[in-house]
Amino acid sequence: MAKELLKGNVAFAEAALRNGLEAYFGYPITPQSEALEHLSGRMIEEGRVFLQAESEVAAINMVYGAASSGVRTMTSTSGPGLALMAEGLSYIAGSEVPAVVVNIMRGGPGLGNIQPSQADYFFMTKTAGHGDFHPIVLAPSSVQEIIDMVGLAFDLADKYRTLVLIAGDGSIGQMMESAELPPMQPLRPEPDRPDWAIVGAEGRAPNLITSLYLGAQNLEAVNLRLQAKLQEIRENEVRYQEYEVEDAELLLVAYGTVGRICTTVVREARKAGKKVGLLRPQTLWPFPDARLAELGARVRGVLVAEMSAGQMLEDVERAIARQAPVRFHGRMGGVVPMVDEILADLDKLDEETR
Amino acid sequence: MKHEETIISGFGGQGALFAGQLLAYSGMAEAMHVTWIPSYGPEMRGGTANCTVIVSDEEIGAPIIRYPTCAVVLNLPSMQKYEPLVKPGGVLIVNESLVDIQSARDDIRVITLPASDIATALGNPRMANLVALGALAQATGLVALETVAAQLEAHLSERQRKWLEPNKAALQKGAELAR
Amino acid sequence: MSVAVNIPENMDLIYKYPDALTEVSTHYCPGCVHGIVHRMVGEVIDELGIRGQTIGVAPVGCAVLAYKYFDVDFVEAAHGRALAMATGIKRVNPDKVVFTYQGDGDLAAIGTAETVHAANRGEFLTTIFINNAIYGMTGGQMAPTTLPGMVTTSSPTGRDCAVAGYPIQMSEILAQTAGAAYVTREMALDMPSIVKTKKAIKRAFQCQIAGLGFACVEVLATCPTNWNQDPWASLEWAKESMTEHFPLGTFKMTDAVKALKWRD
Repeated sequence: MAKELLKGNVAFAEAALRNGLEAYFGYPITPQSEALEHLSGRMIEEGRVFLQAESEVAAINMVYGAASSGVRTMTSTSGPGLALMAEGLSYIAGSEVPAVVVNIMRGGPGLGNIQPSQADYFFMTKTAGHGDFHPIVLAPSSVQEIIDMVGLAFDLADKYRTLVLIAGDGSIGQMMESAELPPMQPLRPEPDRPDWAIVGAEGRAPNLITSLYLGAQNLEAVNLRLQAKLQEIRENEVRYQEYEVEDAELLLVAYGTVGRICTTVVREARKAGKKVGLLRPQTLWPFPDARLAELGARVRGVLVAEMSAGQMLEDVERAIARQAPVRFHGRMGGVVPMVDEILADLDKLDEETR
Repeated sequence: MKHEETIISGFGGQGALFAGQLLAYSGMAEAMHVTWIPSYGPEMRGGTANCTVIVSDEEIGAPIIRYPTCAVVLNLPSMQKYEPLVKPGGVLIVNESLVDIQSARDDIRVITLPASDIATALGNPRMANLVALGALAQATGLVALETVAAQLEAHLSERQRKWLEPNKAALQKGAELAR
Repeated sequence: MSVAVNIPENMDLIYKYPDALTEVSTHYCPGCVHGIVHRMVGEVIDELGIRGQTIGVAPVGCAVLAYKYFDVDFVEAAHGRALAMATGIKRVNPDKVVFTYQGDGDLAAIGTAETVHAANRGEFLTTIFINNAIYGMTGGQMAPTTLPGMVTTSSPTGRDCAVAGYPIQMSEILAQTAGAAYVTREMALDMPSIVKTKKAIKRAFQCQIAGLGFACVEVLATCPTNWNQDPWASLEWAKESMTEHFPLGTFKMTDAVKALKWRD
């Protein structure tokens, strides 16, 4: 496949389709609507299911239904829509059906605005719904990476029978970049649907998809099993990318759009003779705790940059565990931090820790 | 090494976003890295619209920048906003048909041309974006004019097809004025 | 899963436990009509020979455990979302038969949007809607269908419609949607009405199988426990009072549904 100039929203939608997306359900919301628009044409062309739901509440429950039938299914939204989906996300997690949800984050709280933001970090990694669970949360920083992560998301969802969220932001959704789409994968044939799927009980005992377990002991046992699965995910699925960390004395930690902005910060700082490195988490849950703990032991200081009031910051602080000072540069409300302002905070950290 | 961070800005309908896309396509066609990111707020409904295009030999980090190396301003509000932000040594393309103020900068190259009037003379004032893009390509040497013309041919919508040749002429005219 | 019975040669088996039901004692209160409606649905599934192709969607409410009583594939939906979930299931299993079984709180309060839009899209789904004018499972609170003046645990002085609104007539609403093919309100309060209700349920399943559009059978039912009535009195009260606010009748039946041939 050749590289094309692709808009992030269109790119992840088409990538999902090519990764065997059999059913998409969604509701328009800026800044992700191009994904829904793209699939409204393409899914029909390919003879697959596309449905514009009456709300995000309905959309996620349609996803829940299709996922229960063992097909690859997804929805995409932005913060206010994700909030409406919280109920369904919890049911999907509780019933252990695989599903993918893309959140192209915008400024909040409330109606906020439609500019890029990373303020749904807590929501996605820690409180996506009621009860004890974490979805896997992937954080792309480019159009190519959101394409690749959609494929990864479906694979992880299937592998662990879990919910996978993709944490994009408005600029990833709206940006055009040269990127390569994956080849078209065939759909999973109906006889190959997983043996737990509800497709009619012909010739076997009925299947049940539920998150209801009456009896405290029963539900605790289910929770223990879920926690064991989450532990397995923690051990096997942490992903991150590092830039110039080998000899780094100061460490930047940033993800998504801010993560890529920080690659420029590293370049500029290195030009000025500062030994700066960057760790960019690609999974926000599970979080690269162990690697950060290692780096924390050998750098002078850590600077976290986010488009939020300091959400990932808490995870970084936990991982660094006071081995080095952790400082923060955050912008909110849809403001994107610029290279020069992050550099200025890096200078302060440099002086403070010299 | 080639690396330009360009902001193209104008009223909605002046084709700032499309000109930016053409620049991105052209950069890609010349095997460079590109990013294009629009302003996508309510301002795109009839107000000013702008996009940031980065074309570089290197992998692109920050896709959103404060100080562009080039700015193309198609109207007065864009001039007021971006003229002061262009990096020293950079390029500013001004559509003087709609901008009646002069740049006071002496640390950048300012190219002033009546883009809308030229476009009107060629048949459609909405081709001012291509006049300005021709000037930009010529002034920066970032991409070849032939590349831009080829990308225009590849990406002009069916509906706009009849404007292909006039658009190419607009591109040429802009380039000539920037020589 | 029927009990093995030896039938003498000179006799016919005329009544048995439906294959589509599991032989499990239900958790429903004495005098509740859920069991009767479950049985009717089970019989219809048997008669249509669709047990292996049927997928049920359980609600949140008294019928939350309905999946224990049907011997078919089942999912447990979130409160009110049964028809959204059913939509997702049916769209990826267009050759299967998908039904929801919902109460009035589920379908007519928290799930009104999902219900109206599934009907309006003309989803090929069958909905069994049990209306007993109260929230049973949570302990007898006021439902959207609670009658004016009716005392519940959350309307202790009786439903005051000026404050709490009026009993919502879902069948009348659903009949207005272009996608609905068959909408009827029945009751399961005595033998004649039960026989009639079963016919309606069968028609609603056939409507789906024939791809004619959305079908909903509303069934007026009782809740002796939360109405504080004995089962017999509750049947009588329902026949008198509920039918006054929820008139029986078929509110929509397209010509194609009318023309359906009965298949036994």
